[in-house]
Amino acid sequence: MNKNLLGAAALVLATLLFNPAWAQESPPVDRTATGGAQTLEDIMRRQEQLKLDESFRSENLGNPANAAPITDQLGTRGGVSDADVWRSIRYNKIDPTIQSPGPANTVMIQDEGIAWYKLREGPVITYGGGALLGIIVLLVVFYFVRGRIMIDGGPAGTTIERFKAIERFGHWLLAGSFIALGLTGLITLMGRSFLIPVMGPDAFATLAAGSKWLHNNVAWAFMLGLVMTFVMWVAHNIPNKLDWQWLKAGGGIFTKGHPSAKKFNAGQKIIFWTVMVLGFSVSLSGLSLLFPFQMPMFADTFGVINSVLGTSLPTDLAPHEEMQYANIWHSIVAFVMMVAIIAHIYIGSVGMEGAFDAMGNGQVDLEWARQHHDLWVAEVEAKQGKGGSS
Amino acid sequence: MKVMISAFVAALVIASLAPVVLNQFGWSAAEQASSESVRLD
Repeated sequence: MNKNLLGAAALVLATLLFNPAWAQESPPVDRTATGGAQTLEDIMRRQEQLKLDESFRSENLGNPANAAPITDQLGTRGGVSDADVWRSIRYNKIDPTIQSPGPANTVMIQDEGIAWYKLREGPVITYGGGALLGIIVLLVVFYFVRGRIMIDGGPAGTTIERFKAIERFGHWLLAGSFIALGLTGLITLMGRSFLIPVMGPDAFATLAAGSKWLHNNVAWAFMLGLVMTFVMWVAHNIPNKLDWQWLKAGGGIFTKGHPSAKKFNAGQKIIFWTVMVLGFSVSLSGLSLLFPFQMPMFADTFGVINSVLGTSLPTDLAPHEEMQYANIWHSIVAFVMMVAIIAHIYIGSVGMEGAFDAMGNGQVDLEWARQHHDLWVAEVEAKQGKGGSS
Repeated sequence: MKVMISAFVAALVIASLAPVVLNQFGWSAAEQASSESVRLD
């Protein structure tokens, strides 16, 4: 099994190595024939989408130290030619005077934007969409292989309160807003590719504007739900030794017995921390997008990562670039969350008999509770006295 | 189910109030990208 995994990993790495755009270092180019300017080889490498060291022109911005005296020919240019000025604009290396405020307004051409656009329209949509379809297919297969997880011996007929009204309110505030955010986010990300061909640009414009409004504003409900559920449930989701036993037993999914669990089992704790950590992260990147250019956070984050891991992530980012990183990160984290939540929705509804009642009306069948959360039932009964179930 | 419906309604109420509250706090996307001398309002 481990050998298979290693083999698969080696194959993936080898595939990356053979990707010309990612793997090949840019070889030194002799530009003496062009006086340091672009050569045919540069053009050919660019056409073949090979890596190209642009510093020969991005750093060729003139030299005021070599400027001719002011009374001489071209002396008023201060050692900077027209071509130098245009390169400065092209690579965002000028400090222009502007009449309107805002950090982004000083950037005239944002070269890195094309890389963001290609990433967003390419791998993010392809792999993100693929992951969503993949988890749905996986769950359908799981349903037909394993079937619905039933209450062994049938329901007891008596119930026990699983979640109070305020807990369910917090859960549904988080869940409802997340589903709205997920759907409107997918419309925003993928609509241009998949909806415009179906419904036309005019109808999509209305849908996209509505999606944007809902996405931007329902985000506050999501953040409130995130805080509510964290405060209410964090104490019950601290990992302990019992979780390891539960995981080793595979949660009892493919075995007859049910491993012991308190209020939340290890699977639920994984979902909880996934939602909390990723929810916090997606909220931060979302706030950065909601208040454009006001909350740049990637340059500082990359700086910390570089100092810890010794990487060389870019720390000198244009304001637009900060937004582009926030946008890509927001999408990636959202896709991971959606995959996890689709699995959570499955197991909390069609995947398990009696599970939905916990969040539906708060009352679960006593036998269901004993099978899936035996230690929690014992705690509740000890508090209420025997026979305290409603 | 009443709790679920009320949470969904609450999410919509929060979404409706959010732009009003942000406006009260003085947030304006227009102010981020233009100065008074070039704004037409």
